[in-house]
Amino acid sequence: MKLSTKILAGLGAVGAAALLTHPAFAQAAAASPIPAPTVNKGDNTWMLVSTLLVLMMSIPGLALFYGGLVRTKNMLSVLTQVLMIVCMVGVIWVCWGYSEAFTAGNPFFGGFSKLFLKGVDANATAATFSNGVYIPELTFVLFQMTFAMITPALFIGSVAERIKFSPLMLFVALWVTFIYFPIAHMVWCWDGPDAVAVAALKGQAAIDEVTSHAGFLNQMGALDFAGGTVVHINAGIAGLVMCILLGKRIGYGTEPMPPHSLTMTMIGAALLWVGWFGFNAGSNLEASSVASVAFMNTMIATAAAGLSWLLVEQAVKGKPSLLGAASGVVAGLVAVTPASGFASTMGSVILGLMVSPICFFFVTTVKNKFGYDDSLDVFGVHCIGGITGALMTGILANPAFGGQGVADYASKPGTLVVAPYDWVHQLTVQGEAVLLTLLISGIGSAVLFLIIDKTWGMRVSAEVEHEGLDIAEHGERAYHY
Amino acid sequence: MKLIIAIIKPFKLDEVREALSGIGVAGMTVTEVKGFGRQKGQTEIYRGAEYSTNMVPKIKIEVACGSDLAPRVVEAIQQAANTGAIGDGKIFVLDLAQAVRIRTGEIDETAL
Repeated sequence: MKLSTKILAGLGAVGAAALLTHPAFAQAAAASPIPAPTVNKGDNTWMLVSTLLVLMMSIPGLALFYGGLVRTKNMLSVLTQVLMIVCMVGVIWVCWGYSEAFTAGNPFFGGFSKLFLKGVDANATAATFSNGVYIPELTFVLFQMTFAMITPALFIGSVAERIKFSPLMLFVALWVTFIYFPIAHMVWCWDGPDAVAVAALKGQAAIDEVTSHAGFLNQMGALDFAGGTVVHINAGIAGLVMCILLGKRIGYGTEPMPPHSLTMTMIGAALLWVGWFGFNAGSNLEASSVASVAFMNTMIATAAAGLSWLLVEQAVKGKPSLLGAASGVVAGLVAVTPASGFASTMGSVILGLMVSPICFFFVTTVKNKFGYDDSLDVFGVHCIGGITGALMTGILANPAFGGQGVADYASKPGTLVVAPYDWVHQLTVQGEAVLLTLLISGIGSAVLFLIIDKTWGMRVSAEVEHEGLDIAEHGERAYHY
Repeated sequence: MKLIIAIIKPFKLDEVREALSGIGVAGMTVTEVKGFGRQKGQTEIYRGAEYSTNMVPKIKIEVACGSDLAPRVVEAIQQAANTGAIGDGKIFVLDLAQAVRIRTGEIDETAL
């Protein structure tokens, strides 16, 4: 077992140098308050299992959830799009995505030091949220890869049943490169708790130096445990922009376009729910008690949201539907994503209960009023649910409400301290992070979409749309009765 | 000979079949059909989208029988398929000119 790595060695050297030069610790260099870096088999196991769970969210979870909602003639187009996005983004991720998202560069995007995963071998490790706790870097690369895979797969729901396959793939490749990786970098990239602790031993200047390596929103202090802004708001607003630019399906609003198999949608929603434990509890990066916090919050917010969607539907439409229940479950999962490691159990119940009526209002009233054809409600569920969750995280993380608060690694180096919590400030920061994500992803997606649309064309012909994308674009059909 | 065509609610098929077997009807043809009458269609709601379907699924039964048996067949179907609600269906009685059993070539009532 050779766990000493470039990173650990580097950190150790920095730590040792820090200790030696700091007057207070000069004599006691050996007795560092920062725990020695270790990699734990249990943590690695949990993270590898979480990675599998998040992959399962995309395929087959999301693919079946979306596939069931389209008409029979377009079933395979949705399945193919999701499967190919997973394959393509996986390859992009190891080539340049990981380096762009998770190496130090500037506050807005990372550098090129780990292009083609240079130096990321069996011995490399990645920091978690606890001092001295590391996981193999390859595990971290894989876990984050599954997030990059599912995010663009989310927005294909808004343009389903009328988008051309190959230009969509090009759009996804550009979108992850110019929008997803930078936003992931802005929110999640930092030097890790040990780097902060080591810097804290050296003084404020060193802390500022370490902080400056972090992503822009991370420096601002925006809280996003598992990807409310990075994944859901990001994909949700991209979906809205795309469906407006692409236009409505032929016959939208006049012809019936009922889901072809809500049975598939139920299977997909259930796989999403199970997989989401990897997404949220896995985002703790180690199998510690905070993973259990995120697990509980993911479970209970989702249950509450499924319940509240059905209650609203019963009251407004008169009948409790399966699609309503499944939509509520997904809305709850989306909303709890940024809050999962921060909120208390009862805080998550409140979050779940409140998110469904908001999303319900958007997918029924708002969508019909403005007349955009967000075919599978990517904006109404993911963007609106994500915004609800991101803002509520600012309130629910408050230790006064039983929340986890914000970790402070600097004031007592080597020991995790909960920082004093100013919820008004936090809510403001959350709002700024939401706004910035909406702007970057909204404008960026529009630019990328228009470039491809004007040069290659994003929309299938009317004939193809009538015939169905399965036969016209893929040369096969989903069902032979 | 008469040809009796009945449009009934799908879930009443078994009861109608039993009632007809009880009075000696030897065979029938059943088809799944859609249509509308006084019973209006249903509304389907998928999130924000509402679709009203104006065709309701029904079962069509065709029974050929001798003219003497016809009134009892009509009565049996009418009683077995009755729920008292709109949408219970209709029974039509037509004159039947000829019947042939394909296997033997027998014609008319012996063919039924």
